[in-house]
Amino acid sequence: MRNNDLPISRVDWPTVLIYFALVMIGWFNIYAAVFDSQNAKSIFDLSINSGIQLVWIGAAAAIILVIMAADHRLFENLALPIYLFFLVLLLLTPFFGKEVNGQILSIGVGSFRIQPGEFAKFATALALAKVMERPNFDLSQTKNQFIALGVMMAPVILILLQPDTGTAMVYFALFIMFYREGFPQRYFIFGLGFIALSLLALGIENNLYLAFGIGLIFLILASIGKRSWKRTLVFGGIALVMIGYSYSIDFVVSKLPPHQQNRIMVLFNPDLDPLGVGWNVTQSKIAIGSGGFLGKGYLQGTQTKFDFVPEQHTDFIFCTLGEEFGWLGSLVVIGLFMTLLYRLVVMAERQKTRFARVYGYSVLSILLFHFMINISMTIGLFPVVGIPLPFFSYGGSSLWSFTILLFIFIKMDASRSQQLGRLG
Amino acid sequence: MNDKKPFVIIIVISLVGIVLLTKLFMIQVMDDSFTRRAERNAIQRVVDHPYRGLIYDRNGELLVYNNPIFDLMVVPKEFSVKDTAKFLSIFGIEKEDLVTAYNAAKKYSSVKPSPLIKQISSTDFAKIQDFLIDYPGLFITTRSVRSYPTPIAAHALGYIGEINARQLERDSSDYYEQGDYVGLSGMERFYEDELKGQKGVKYKMVNVRGVDKGPFKDGAYDTASVAGINLTSTLDRELQLYGEYLMKGKTGSVVAIEPKTGEILAMISAPFYDPNELTGANFGKNYSLLNSMDSKPFLNRPVMARYPPGSIFKIVQSLIGLQEGILFPETTFACNRSLVACHNHPSPVNLFGAIRNSCNPYYHQAFRRIINQEISSNTFKDTQIGLDVWREKVMKFGLGGKLGVDMVGEYSGDVPSSKLYDRVYGEGRWKYSTIYSLSIGQGELQVTPLQMANLAAIFANKGYYYTPHLIKAVDGDPTRIPSKFRIKNEVGVDPKHFDIIQDAMAEALYGTANRAIIQDLVIAGKTGTAQNPHGEDHSVFVAFAPKDDPKIAIAVYVENAGWGGRAAASTASLMIEKYLRGQVSRPQLEEYVLANNFIY
Repeated sequence: MRNNDLPISRVDWPTVLIYFALVMIGWFNIYAAVFDSQNAKSIFDLSINSGIQLVWIGAAAAIILVIMAADHRLFENLALPIYLFFLVLLLLTPFFGKEVNGQILSIGVGSFRIQPGEFAKFATALALAKVMERPNFDLSQTKNQFIALGVMMAPVILILLQPDTGTAMVYFALFIMFYREGFPQRYFIFGLGFIALSLLALGIENNLYLAFGIGLIFLILASIGKRSWKRTLVFGGIALVMIGYSYSIDFVVSKLPPHQQNRIMVLFNPDLDPLGVGWNVTQSKIAIGSGGFLGKGYLQGTQTKFDFVPEQHTDFIFCTLGEEFGWLGSLVVIGLFMTLLYRLVVMAERQKTRFARVYGYSVLSILLFHFMINISMTIGLFPVVGIPLPFFSYGGSSLWSFTILLFIFIKMDASRSQQLGRLG
Repeated sequence: MNDKKPFVIIIVISLVGIVLLTKLFMIQVMDDSFTRRAERNAIQRVVDHPYRGLIYDRNGELLVYNNPIFDLMVVPKEFSVKDTAKFLSIFGIEKEDLVTAYNAAKKYSSVKPSPLIKQISSTDFAKIQDFLIDYPGLFITTRSVRSYPTPIAAHALGYIGEINARQLERDSSDYYEQGDYVGLSGMERFYEDELKGQKGVKYKMVNVRGVDKGPFKDGAYDTASVAGINLTSTLDRELQLYGEYLMKGKTGSVVAIEPKTGEILAMISAPFYDPNELTGANFGKNYSLLNSMDSKPFLNRPVMARYPPGSIFKIVQSLIGLQEGILFPETTFACNRSLVACHNHPSPVNLFGAIRNSCNPYYHQAFRRIINQEISSNTFKDTQIGLDVWREKVMKFGLGGKLGVDMVGEYSGDVPSSKLYDRVYGEGRWKYSTIYSLSIGQGELQVTPLQMANLAAIFANKGYYYTPHLIKAVDGDPTRIPSKFRIKNEVGVDPKHFDIIQDAMAEALYGTANRAIIQDLVIAGKTGTAQNPHGEDHSVFVAFAPKDDPKIAIAVYVENAGWGGRAAASTASLMIEKYLRGQVSRPQLEEYVLANNFIY
């Protein structure tokens, strides 16, 4: 054991390289998104977003150095204080934050503002790791389930107050980590079934067909295997609850705020209102779809540059990539993300402490969710929710929070041989 | 710990990637509709309209050209005026008009250009040109309208107008689009392909608010417009102008042809209109005005009006008879007025006398010989056979079918066949006595003034004609005109038979059309009177001159002007003098024609 070795030689360089590749590709795309051929400015120009993003990239590099230089026990020791700090910030945001479009997302002094919702992700991941690290913390026990879910839900509730549904949804991705850590599988079956039924109920125009289908499936299930009154009653009960749910979901949706209702309806029928609610998705799909196989070439896109796609440099940054680099460019970036996620599984599995493994899977869960939902919404596979594409989207809070999230884990991974194995 | 779980997570990651890449492949590679929609979004196609080809007369005088007109455009967002009074005086516009136009522009878009002042003439444009720079948000767009330095030949030249839905649908080449101008009549329509040129196209990029963001791909796909081909018409501007001068206030046609080529020297349809009326902003208003007039100025009478040929047809009868060996110069018939009415002249007459005196009974008897050649012993059958053989011969004179002039809407005329009479009277129930009025050019015969002018050319040429046409050269090259205009059409009558005809026509002027006689210029002519059941007969005259070396063949129709020897013969004679001598030496005759008082 080289306990006192500087962990630099144990840094997982492939992950670091993928990180920088994504950040740089993202930076070039931010420049492309705001590029104006009639008023061309340098990519370094601080009056345009790419210049500002470069400052943030520089700051992110500084953050990385700080994280890598810190003592590896620091995050474990400070996990709960950090978590509580951001909970307090989230609590204060609605009262002292700045309102933009009906949401209060950021807090700060003067021009220095941060979005606590972004930073609370890594804080929650640390807190969960700290809580679940305790010996004999078994997620199959109801008490522990409540503790873990409580840690997860606290920021969710505070973020929903802002209100920022998209960011709040991200925390539910931590169920992937819970799954790995032994959360009972029946809840996942139930949960996924619930989601599938919801989608079917919303997607199928006439719920009568759905009810008929459910009835038929349960009739078949009840008729195979041993026949007993009890079994038949249970199946019948489940079927009735499902049918009842599928009818009630339309009612539930009708009680949502109108903009959320519209986002859901547009998902199932994007042509419903191409100039109104469907505008974002329609224009985003046009931008990406018009890229073809090889793309239109760097800075040659028309849809993103000429403002057809709203939020082009933040949440819809993938449009610029899709339009200018085509399917091949999409393949490269999605490939990089997938490699990063595979790498995170490998890294998480090789950790010697449960703290590090829980944290690693939390990082993976959050990144996977962002990656999946952000790209899905740009191509009309998911309703428009305002969450950024990690490392890509313009914005300091987002870039820094993902950098901190990832590099704390890289630091843990690099220091893993210094950790006393406590995996039970 | 269950070792399967990391693999389940890896499978989930893989599924997410595969789903995303598959969906991306579907919209980026499989479905090209997004590419089209992106182009519709951001790429604006701006058509660069070509200059339409010019049209010259046979001597190189300009007949039709393009006059640039200017629209003053405004981009409301960039537009500001400090001194309104000064602005109004420079641009010569009333305050209310400015406010109305500006508000309309603003309502359309504050960042896209809209017209502020439309159709500014070149002279007004010169006045405002230097001041434009003082006013941001204003610029000029140029268009061109057809213009006519001498406002003549409206029917022959035709006019252009916006393409209509039906024409767009028929356009298999996909060249035209909504709002394009096309030739709608006359040469403009017939030679549309030559005149139209080739549209150019500029692709420019616009952002979501429609603001111009520069050329697409630096103009790599832009094409320049190609101007249309200039045409030379066969028309003689001076002769056409003079003809319209003479025909002013009358209803009728004048068609003058160069016999040796079939080139139409003048083609007048009266009443006519100033072709400048159907250009530019007033097109719609003037079009409906002209279209609603009782005198039908849009009717192109030289090719659309139909009349019985009358006495002039007797010459065709004579030529068929001579060629058939049924008539000879010395063939004599009595002027038997019990057969058909005639006027006072010596009787009996030979062929020469019959033409000179336009003897009706002569042709009643001659035509019976042509029709009833006793091929069948059944007189009904014999008449039927004879009529159809005769019809074939008549049609060779360019009658009973479209000549194929380069105009749209030519009427074919009518030479009746046995089928017509079978239909009317029943097969085998009609004979010569049914159809005898054909002998003197009446009955079911119908001809157009153009066909009559062509007849005059045939008489002048001694037996052939070139299809009358208005095109002399395409892009200065006479060989590029449609080849059918360079094919000689023989009428199937030996040239030698024309001598007696020409002599008789020259002689006929003395007595029937004294007014047409020009000193030292021998005109061969024939009067006619097209019977008009609705009022005064139409005055008709066909002629060619000089008799020994014909340079012009002419047909004149003046409706409701009575006998052919007065209005029509006088007009024709003046036209011939004008064309052959360049000037007219008979002011009294000119006055007589202009006075327009032929019925007495």
